[in-house]
Amino acid sequence: MPEGRDDVRRQSIFGASLAVVVAMGLSACGGDDSGASKTVRVTLANHVWTDNVKQALPEFEKQTGLKVELTQLGEDQLSDQYNVKLNAGSSDIDVMMYRPLQEGKLFAKNKYLADLSEQVKSNKDWDFSDFQANPVEATTHEGKPVGVPIITEQEVLYYRKDLLAKAGLSAPPKTLDELTAAAAKIKAAEPGVAGFIARTGKSAAVTQFSSFLYSFGGDFVDSSGKAAVNSDAAKQAYALYGKLIKDSGPANVSTDMGWPEAMAIFTQGKAAFYTEANSLYKNATDPAKSKVADKVGFAVFPAGPAGSKPYNIPSWALGVNANSENTGNAWKFVEWATSKAQTLAQQKSGVPGARTSVWANPEGTSTFPKDMVEAIEASTKSGVSHDRPLVVKIPEAREIVGQPIVDAITGKDAAAAADTANAAFQKFLDDEAK
Amino acid sequence: MATITTTKGSRSAPTGPDTPAWVRWANDHRKWLFAAPAMVFVAALIAIPLAWTGYLSLTDTEGSVRAESTFVGVQNYLDVLSDTERFWPAVGRTATFTVVALLFEVVLGMAIALLLWRPFKGQKWVRVAILMPLVATPVAVGMMWRLIFDPNIGMANQILGWVGIGPQPWLAGQYTALPTTIFIDVWQWTPMVVLILLAGLTSLSEEPQEAARIDGASTWQRFRHVTLPLLMPTVTVAILLRGIDALKTFDVLYATKGRGGGSFHEVETLNVYAYGLSFDYNEYGVSSTVLILFFLIIIGSMWALTARRKEAKR
Repeated sequence: MPEGRDDVRRQSIFGASLAVVVAMGLSACGGDDSGASKTVRVTLANHVWTDNVKQALPEFEKQTGLKVELTQLGEDQLSDQYNVKLNAGSSDIDVMMYRPLQEGKLFAKNKYLADLSEQVKSNKDWDFSDFQANPVEATTHEGKPVGVPIITEQEVLYYRKDLLAKAGLSAPPKTLDELTAAAAKIKAAEPGVAGFIARTGKSAAVTQFSSFLYSFGGDFVDSSGKAAVNSDAAKQAYALYGKLIKDSGPANVSTDMGWPEAMAIFTQGKAAFYTEANSLYKNATDPAKSKVADKVGFAVFPAGPAGSKPYNIPSWALGVNANSENTGNAWKFVEWATSKAQTLAQQKSGVPGARTSVWANPEGTSTFPKDMVEAIEASTKSGVSHDRPLVVKIPEAREIVGQPIVDAITGKDAAAAADTANAAFQKFLDDEAK
Repeated sequence: MATITTTKGSRSAPTGPDTPAWVRWANDHRKWLFAAPAMVFVAALIAIPLAWTGYLSLTDTEGSVRAESTFVGVQNYLDVLSDTERFWPAVGRTATFTVVALLFEVVLGMAIALLLWRPFKGQKWVRVAILMPLVATPVAVGMMWRLIFDPNIGMANQILGWVGIGPQPWLAGQYTALPTTIFIDVWQWTPMVVLILLAGLTSLSEEPQEAARIDGASTWQRFRHVTLPLLMPTVTVAILLRGIDALKTFDVLYATKGRGGGSFHEVETLNVYAYGLSFDYNEYGVSSTVLILFFLIIIGSMWALTARRKEAKR
């Protein structure tokens, strides 16, 4: 009998090793993942979201045995990086963080983004249908998903509670008229403090100006597809945005400010009101980054003649480089970073996500300031799903429709500038339609 | 026989009747063979990209350089040369920036070089201090000056305030931005001119100076009629080197004003414009056209400078 047992053992060892060999053989046949690198190369933008991902990375690496090589860049540098590498057909980016409304159309048209139709269906628990419809629409090209939205945002009003109280205002302004009056009042009362600040660079300001435009009842393009930046509504919006910064903004205001510069003025305690994307709010409430962290309040975007109409958009998404030789592992990263658990964790640390279930979960909004949650709820109802013209060559379009903003800020005739911009924008649209 | 090969060997390696043909060939083409790696390198890294840019400039490539494009001949050149909104103003700014910066750099550089020429106590430290800006990274320099020139919290306005002058917009102003960037360029690159001129001064012989002194020439006369003419070749070199660099300035402009040279394109030189065309607008065809024209402008101005110099010599 002992002999027999020995025989069995030998057999089982033989069987096991055969199984291993077969398994290895099979995995080697596994299509494009054969010899796929264990390193996933991920390019991300400077954002609170990225900081959170970096902290959680070890967990992912332990789970999957993969190694993540992370490149982190500012928005402009990120665009340049993509332009250079993707143009050259480079395969050394696997996962890329991109802006669906800024680069999405161009990238999809150039076939830089891999078609993710199969992947989004591969895991029931991950549940693609959980993502909000608007963001998913923005990451879909010709009916195929080419990205997964990770951050959504609306424009809200940041304000200084202490300065408002000092000026005798019990509540933040509900309308743009009230905002104008309050900003002027605080600027006059507080030496060295501006009443209002917002982005001023002609390209950077366009997205934050869009909510002003919609709230006056305008849009960049009308329903028939014609340029509409010289409508009465648009002219009023340009004039008001310019007036707020010119009259109530800081002295000698620069016309090159993007969000980092404008945010710096607000967090240095040099401005009372600030209209900006809510996804950046941690910069204002984090004591390490803000001198006024405990004095910041949030309110829904003030109403104009057409009501309060802030944009409500997916600002960032993750895509997979179509030329990547490591798409399988790239998707593993995307799947993990956009999972319910990660989205919840992100949202708890201040980054609004795109998953319905996380928003429905009380835990998902537990760490947001209470007034922020109210502002988000109101904005998602009344919001507009774009914050810039929806064209392919966004940077050029932004410069055209942004010109009247800087003209208004520097005291030039906003209406005349809007007429000039409209003619240029119509020509641009005609060229692009060709 | 042996002696013959040795004498021959001073010009070419020993070859006998049984030397393989390829060795003989290699031996006959030695100068080409040794230069080949360098020539291949130059061809690969300069000539090919240049030719490719030239080709792109004749197409309507946009969106992606790998996208389909059509050959449009010189259409881009006609469009660019008739563009009075972005191209010609950019040419103007490039010329203004270069000429003004160069003028200050050469005059200041000459003055400082003359001061440092004669030995004095602590000269070593003064030299180090003056050369500091030269070794700083341009982007860091840009960021530093951006902070100093901030209209609201910057040091520059604070200092002006002490002497009773009101705050200036500096880099933030539509009309003050270009002069401010010129100032930064002068601050950073004058030391290089000093360095070149100082090298030239040190190599001058003492005799003409002494002769002039004995003849009773004043300090100014000695500089104007003795030092300067002798130093002229060095000055030309300094102008050439610095001029080419100034024409191509990008880093400081980008670091201080960002893309497009500000909201009114107030510091948009040709380099910044071409960058915007490729990286913002993805119009690679037009961008290549601008770059080729820019290339021709640089070559043209440098040729004019050296030609004038040769004429003056005659």
